[in-house]
Amino acid sequence: MSDTPVTYVRTQMLDQQAPPTSEVGPVRWMRENLFSSPMNAILTILSLYVVYVVISHVGPWLVNGIWDADSLSECREIIAATGDGHHSAACFGVITARWHQLVFGYYPSELYWRPVLALVVFLVGIAPVMFPSLPRKLYIVTMAAPFLCFWLLWGGSIWFPIAIALGFGVGVVAHKLLDANVSSLAGMIGAILLPLIYWLYICGPLAGGLASIIPLGIEFVPSRSFGGFMLSIVIGLSAIVISLPLGILLALARRSDLFIIKTCAVVFIEVIRGIPLIVWLFTAQLLLNYFLPPGSSFDLTLRVIIMVTLFAAAYIAEVIRGGLAALPKGQYEGADSLGLNYWQSMQLIVLPQALKISIPGIVNTFIGLFKDTTLVVFIGLFDPLGIASAIRATTEWNGIYWELFLFIGIMFFISCFSMGRYSLYLEKKLQREHR
Amino acid sequence: MSTLTDPPKPGFRLSQLIYDTRYRSITIQVIALVLIVGAFWWLGNNTVNNLNALGKDFDFGFLNSAAGYDINQRLIEYDNQMSHGRAALVGILNTLLVAFMGCVSALIIGVFVGVLRLSKNWVVSKLMAVYVEGFRNVPLLIWILLIGAVMSESMPQPREFRGEDATQSMYFSDNVAVTNRGIWIPRLGFANSISGEDAVAPIDGATPVAAGGADWLLILGTLALSLIAMRYVRNRADKVQQSTGDRPTIWYQQLAILVIPVGVVLIALGATIVSPYLKGFNFTEGTHLRNSLIALWVALSLYTGAFIAEIVRAGILAVSKGQSEAAAALGIQPSRTMKLVILPQAMRVIIPPLISQFLNLTKNSSLAIAVGYMDVRATLGGITINQTGRELEGMLLMGAFYLALSLLISGGMNYYNRSTQLAER
Repeated sequence: MSDTPVTYVRTQMLDQQAPPTSEVGPVRWMRENLFSSPMNAILTILSLYVVYVVISHVGPWLVNGIWDADSLSECREIIAATGDGHHSAACFGVITARWHQLVFGYYPSELYWRPVLALVVFLVGIAPVMFPSLPRKLYIVTMAAPFLCFWLLWGGSIWFPIAIALGFGVGVVAHKLLDANVSSLAGMIGAILLPLIYWLYICGPLAGGLASIIPLGIEFVPSRSFGGFMLSIVIGLSAIVISLPLGILLALARRSDLFIIKTCAVVFIEVIRGIPLIVWLFTAQLLLNYFLPPGSSFDLTLRVIIMVTLFAAAYIAEVIRGGLAALPKGQYEGADSLGLNYWQSMQLIVLPQALKISIPGIVNTFIGLFKDTTLVVFIGLFDPLGIASAIRATTEWNGIYWELFLFIGIMFFISCFSMGRYSLYLEKKLQREHR
Repeated sequence: MSTLTDPPKPGFRLSQLIYDTRYRSITIQVIALVLIVGAFWWLGNNTVNNLNALGKDFDFGFLNSAAGYDINQRLIEYDNQMSHGRAALVGILNTLLVAFMGCVSALIIGVFVGVLRLSKNWVVSKLMAVYVEGFRNVPLLIWILLIGAVMSESMPQPREFRGEDATQSMYFSDNVAVTNRGIWIPRLGFANSISGEDAVAPIDGATPVAAGGADWLLILGTLALSLIAMRYVRNRADKVQQSTGDRPTIWYQQLAILVIPVGVVLIALGATIVSPYLKGFNFTEGTHLRNSLIALWVALSLYTGAFIAEIVRAGILAVSKGQSEAAAALGIQPSRTMKLVILPQAMRVIIPPLISQFLNLTKNSSLAIAVGYMDVRATLGGITINQTGRELEGMLLMGAFYLALSLLISGGMNYYNRSTQLAER
């Protein structure tokens, strides 16, 4: 049968036929994603209706918004003059007119460059921590940033932050010397005790003396002038920066074998976490003066920062404890078998891995902390919401609600949402690295 | 060979306290203890000195003195002649009320949104994503203030409901009134009340009714007994299924057990629905939900609901696909797969973070201060402190209340969590 002549062989493939219109493009997408079942179709129509209602109510109000008006009455006149006079429109004029107040509070206007510069310094300082590919020399900025930002924000003599910073230098030197010459425990104790003594007794006179010899400084700005988003950022960022090391120490203490230290850490963390932040803020406002020596009183903003820091530290401690618990036991045992002591094994083996696991949780805690900075309005600080009520109390803008809430909400949304995205990016990156 | 080195001398040397790891931990702990005791002594000493300087003492006797202020929302009897302690109790109950309402509604919202966000429907899942991200990334305080402003600024005034040419009308056939002073909903009145309260006619010519606490207790008790009976019937059905393989149809029995006893009790008590109506410048009768309660409740539920939605979504995603495939292979109906296979496993992932969300909601209810809701912070931690000048005692009591509440909730939920947790090795 092999020599049977082949009468017809197709030498060319036929062109592919176009798929039916219901199986391509938007039609197919809609069939699969929007109308795959009667229930789905109902849900789709319902949600589209909700979207329509929201847009038809809010859309014109947003689009017609008046951006250049100096008072609510002027804004209403402009609205009445344009169109049919009955349409709704937002008065975003309040944001343009009070922009500086919303951002800087009552900070002196000729000194606005200082908070801006402080933010730049902070961002440069945080960059090498967030993106490991940057040159390591930038860590110098990271170490100087807290003191530089403090000095730029509050002003005053430059010797004060320098004297404070010297304390850390004292600690490092004491640790190095005692660790090498006496013992590691003496090194630990010295690194804590000597700087404390320095800060308590030497720091103040030293700064004062230096300032009287070489008076070098910029204009002092009291905390009462801080306000708006600047205040939120100052409280949020300083609490974040200080609470992280505190949280690590608390987490280590809670997992420690030493009974008394463990008990103290548990009690501290549970008490802080069990009581709402607002109660802690009122404690800072009403009670702190009872606990301090008679006659001593210090700045309310500083008290709030301390309270928020302690609050955040307890939450971060719990996140890091989760990271420590998630680490396989072999890592701890491996560190022990290498002959490392407690601090060495924590510093070199355990914490780098545990912190890596807990980064997403830490970022989430920071987002919560930043949102919680709005609560300071209740103890009389002028955070964005406090500024908003102050603006509402003026004759020009009496009775304006939505525009201010919208603006503040969007500002918070942008910062918190981007922090959340960063945490997701880290999570994905770490997952890849573990594979 | 020369002499061996001496074995270490037995006995305890002082240097071991620093160099020997067996004793060093004791040294460190003793030092820590001394430091902590010292710190507390310093704080206590300062407090005593400060109190002396101010001429104050440390005394909880103020709880028994007359409060002298009114509380607009009270679940138990209270007037301004009663004590500060009673006022604090009213505040505590208000906190518990809004926390409980918030937990229930946040859970419902969260489960719905979490499931819908996993939906294959593009519009629905995106809409839910917008809701979740919007509420998670904006401070709760702004939402509370915003919803409070919506309630008080853009709702109609009660007088707009008045007269022949009223511009506003009540909803649900004149039963629910939404105004800028709050929402009025119908309530139950009992003509044959067992509480012994005086019966009052809600509107001229109507049957006199009383709003008794004892009546509600009776109804709730009946409901609880019904639920127990329903559980018994279900367990018996399970047993029949185990032994014969056939599951008896029980839904009509369940329904009857649930409805009939409560219905009988309601009829026996002469329950009638009392609707709100306009009297003078305001609505009267019915139950008045104040703006403060509504703003706080709605904001707390929507805010926490967004977090719970994410938890529910993660929990459902955590159950591997093999589980539902295995259920199908075993011949379990698709409608029962969710209940018997997916949910029990998802619950293990969901419950621990859910507990902390409930705790957060309870603590966040202290933001009541933003809308003037009379919770424990407003009564005990606010007006009472201002009137008596007892900051230390008041804050201490309030902190103790919140701490106890938190520990109770987390303790109870952890107990439940342990009972549903997988028993591993």
